[in-house]
Amino acid sequence: MKKTRRDFLKSAAVGSAFLATPFSLHAQDLKANDEAVGMLYDSTLCVGCKACVTRCKQVNDMAAVDAPNDGDRIWDSPVDLDYRTRNIIKLYKEDEKYFAYVKHQCMHCIKPACVSACPVSAMQKEDERGIVFYDKNKCIGCRYCQVACAFNIPKFEWPESYPKIVKCDLCKFTNLKLKNEPACCETCPTGAVIYGKRKDLLAEAKNRLVASPAKYTGEIYGEHEVGGTNVLYLAGTSFQNLGFAELEHESAAMMSEHIQHTLYKGFIAPVALYGFLALVALKNRKSAHQVEEQKKVATEIVEKVEKDGEES
Amino acid sequence: MAHADEYHVHRAKILTPSFYVLLFFALLGFFFIGIRFVKGIGAVTNLSDGYPWGIWIVYDVATSTALACGGYAMAIIIYIMNRMTYHPLIRSALVTSLFGYMLAGLSVMVDIGRYFNAYSFFIPSRWQPNSVMFEVAVCVMAYNVVLMLELLPAILERFISSTNPKLKTFKKIAVKIYPVLDKALIFIIVLGITLPTMHQSSLGSMLIIAKSKVNPIWHTEFLPLLFVINALYIGYAVVIFESFSSSMAFNRPFESEVQRLSRVIPYITLVWLCIRFYDLFSRDQLGAAFAGDYPSMMFLAEMMLISGGSFILTWKQFRSSPRMLFISAVLLVIGGAWYRFNVYLIGFTPHGNWSYFPSLPEFFITLGLVAFEILGYMVLVKLFPIMPKLHTKKA
Repeated sequence: MKKTRRDFLKSAAVGSAFLATPFSLHAQDLKANDEAVGMLYDSTLCVGCKACVTRCKQVNDMAAVDAPNDGDRIWDSPVDLDYRTRNIIKLYKEDEKYFAYVKHQCMHCIKPACVSACPVSAMQKEDERGIVFYDKNKCIGCRYCQVACAFNIPKFEWPESYPKIVKCDLCKFTNLKLKNEPACCETCPTGAVIYGKRKDLLAEAKNRLVASPAKYTGEIYGEHEVGGTNVLYLAGTSFQNLGFAELEHESAAMMSEHIQHTLYKGFIAPVALYGFLALVALKNRKSAHQVEEQKKVATEIVEKVEKDGEES
Repeated sequence: MAHADEYHVHRAKILTPSFYVLLFFALLGFFFIGIRFVKGIGAVTNLSDGYPWGIWIVYDVATSTALACGGYAMAIIIYIMNRMTYHPLIRSALVTSLFGYMLAGLSVMVDIGRYFNAYSFFIPSRWQPNSVMFEVAVCVMAYNVVLMLELLPAILERFISSTNPKLKTFKKIAVKIYPVLDKALIFIIVLGITLPTMHQSSLGSMLIIAKSKVNPIWHTEFLPLLFVINALYIGYAVVIFESFSSSMAFNRPFESEVQRLSRVIPYITLVWLCIRFYDLFSRDQLGAAFAGDYPSMMFLAEMMLISGGSFILTWKQFRSSPRMLFISAVLLVIGGAWYRFNVYLIGFTPHGNWSYFPSLPEFFITLGLVAFEILGYMVLVKLFPIMPKLHTKKA
């Protein structure tokens, strides 16, 4: 018995060792592909005309959102991103004098959490251009992408019987394919949002910061957040005011994959665990058999003795 | 391995009043499930883009699989720690495990929006091994099969011992399969220990990727380890709970094995609490954990329940009282489940103005599935040799 306990402790040690592998996580430096494309949105240039919102809906065939007082459904009045709206312009009003606009859509992360989370490869990232897109034919609708996304971008068609996930894919299948530019960037009258390669956009953003430092906060949102995103932002007020979360520079998706790969690399740890447990269990079964045999012999002897006693 | 003489069929009426009560709730649940499939998830739930996972995932999957870890926990103590005296308890534990995991599988099919694409898991080109969800899904599916195989001997024994001439062909097949299965069973049992170790830890890993949304009191790289240990002590507590309630419901004496089993729980919870506090300390979150605000109160409740339940079990006089055993098991089960709710729901705060409280249909669907699960358990133990044989001796 004592021996088996020690065996158990050993196996427990092996088990916990593989579960608690010290996760020394030095977030590997994520680097965007040189060919990666994205957008640069400059809040100080945006006039809030929402032409990009309208154009996005036309091009991508999205339904309108009714206004509460619009019984005839003349206007499209989205207040936030949802399953009908991939792209939105919002207003931040500080006081009577100062206000700013902000555009929200998918950030197209360099290490997208939604792609890492999706169990069936319905969320994917293009190798070359880094566009994060969705395939409804693979999707099982588990919504893990929504849980995983730090920006709350993937939206779910809650009222539908056969719902899809909806998110910006840089017009990959529509405007970008036809006109080499996402609809919002093509439409914007002031050049507040522009399309291009990420490295060029980043250089442009840095130039603007140097050229007119007084106009901006001095930060580029998306340069480092969650490992960097392909959509970059410049603004004249803090990004928290514009509705962005303060996010770490490490990618949680990298952390999750690192842990998962440590535990499951080559399936060695699970196989080792299985093998060890099987050894212990087999040994135990053998000794259990022996104990049973001994018991049987013992009871037979006792019975015999009793029988003899009765006879005599 | 044949321990056929340790179990017996619980001979009692199947159609009892509690049967009908459970049936009512199960049917009510299935009625709302019908609505969900016709009108969509939005029509019956309070889920939103901020809280995409509600009680169907947090309770039915993340928590109920832990409540279903009795079979896992018992298999470890019996086959790995070599305590064959507990062997009579394993079948009823395995039945609750099977029903718990089937409940999880059923809920997932209700919860996922594009259930008709679920076959994606069987298409290798769509596999996504980076995804924690992928590991959980495949592992849970495999474990369901393993649980069925582990219970197959009980079903076969019933056919073997049956004298009904109508079941003659079944009997013949059963007689043939039984010895083969009996020999291979140990390898299936070991698989039944490996798989829960894998997916219970992965259920913890699931929330690692949502780092920016999960409160740092609960978000840690130790989530997988904490979840697997949590599943263990919940598993043992559930075995105690189940043994007590079936002895009440079926008018059986309390199984004495359970009292001895309860000794292991404090050791396991102690390890868990040490990791939990070491982790909070090393990440500088002890202050937040004891700050007294809402998350902190939820953390303290979790701690009180788990340490309270374990503390009772450190005293010998309490362990020998079935009532105290039951109370401590309830505390541990609620505390362990509380921890999982904290990780998945209470500590989950997406950026922006979002809130979630389950809707009535959501409650009723969960309740209906649980009722269905208990119903299945009650019927199964009355049809097949599952319950431990009574220690009536020669009295």
